[in-house]
Amino acid sequence: MSEQVFEATIAKDQRIEPRDWMPEGYRKTMIRQIAQHAHSEIIGMQPEGAWITRAPSLRRKAILLAKVQDEAGHGLYLYSAAETLGADRGDLTRRLIEGRQKYSSIFNYPTLTFADVGVIGWLVDGAAICNQVPLCRSSFGPYARAMIRICKEESFHQRQGYELLMTMMRGTPAQREMVQDAVNRWWWPSLMMFGPPDAESPNTAQSMAWKIKRHTNDELRQRFVDMSVPQAGALGVTLPDGDLRWNAEREHYDFGEIDWSELKRVISGDGPMNRERIAHRRRADEQGAWVREAAAAHAAKRQGVPA
Amino acid sequence: MSGEIKHEWPLFEVFVRAKRGLNHVHVGSLRAADHEMALHHARDLYTRRNEGVSIWVVKSDDVVASGPDDKDAFFGPSGDKAYRHPTYYAIPDSVPHI
Ligand SMILES: [Fe+2]
Ligand SMILES: [Fe+2]
Repeated sequence: MSEQVFEATIAKDQRIEPRDWMPEGYRKTMIRQIAQHAHSEIIGMQPEGAWITRAPSLRRKAILLAKVQDEAGHGLYLYSAAETLGADRGDLTRRLIEGRQKYSSIFNYPTLTFADVGVIGWLVDGAAICNQVPLCRSSFGPYARAMIRICKEESFHQRQGYELLMTMMRGTPAQREMVQDAVNRWWWPSLMMFGPPDAESPNTAQSMAWKIKRHTNDELRQRFVDMSVPQAGALGVTLPDGDLRWNAEREHYDFGEIDWSELKRVISGDGPMNRERIAHRRRADEQGAWVREAAAAHAAKRQGVPA
Repeated sequence: MSGEIKHEWPLFEVFVRAKRGLNHVHVGSLRAADHEMALHHARDLYTRRNEGVSIWVVKSDDVVASGPDDKDAFFGPSGDKAYRHPTYYAIPDSVPHI
């Protein structure tokens, strides 16, 4: 009976809500996907956060601060969505810092210059937008609603990054070189953000059937490439791929082979910054513990309950 | 130390009034030590871009909700009461303003 209701709800393109009956596999997949997404937003504060104190002007500092604060907010919307399925926020954080749950591979690369801040906004947030817009129609209600809030905010992220890069491109030859260097380093990892190729993505079929996912990894990756090429042209940078060219027959850009061994390496913990990202998150959790405990004790005292 | 104290603060549900004249609408939840902190966190988390003019926070434990299994008992009976709707009544087109 309840399984029929679930299937019928999905078939009618309606949303599943937290207290509805759902298959165990759906619940598990949903918790894992939302948690990984939340972790990505939280860890994703680090690469750009590192530049807040070194932003070249008060304007850029205020923008970057607002953007990084948004990413914290995205993480919190998503942890809140995961909790509607019975997950516990503290437990999810422990899974992250103990390496038992993953986050997006992209945040394991270093931000070497301020141009990286612009390229992250343009390409990394751009890829995130490609991924996230279809998720606004994901079948799980709280996740879809969180994605709608997030997508509204992402557009600012991408535009501030692109504007930053346009400003640098109008600057000195050294600044233009800095932008090109950042593009060279971030282009391929951005393509990897869409995950393994469809042929090696065993869970895609089930996620599509449950309408958790609306497009395959390769479809979204192609969409991102098609959007980015003209943007690179307008900016005046070259995307580091000799095989990139318009295919009139397919009406898409062809692009070169992605180094999947690199993605595997970074996902399994061996990227340039994996250890540092997790160590930083663990430190923040440990150093914040006394604040959380003191606030809880204060609240208990004011209520007249012994802590 | 942290082993004895619960890792998480209680959960609060957040409702925001987008502008004067509208109802408060549920926007999500958050964790806070008490109501005052919940209000401040709600401000930071859900109204960074003028999304609201007023916020309510309610402890999630204090919300009583009907469940999916109550659906028929709760909402079924109104299904066969078409006479509660204006379109149930046939009035000739020639009668104005009704
Ligand atoms: Fe985000
Ligand atoms: Fe973003």
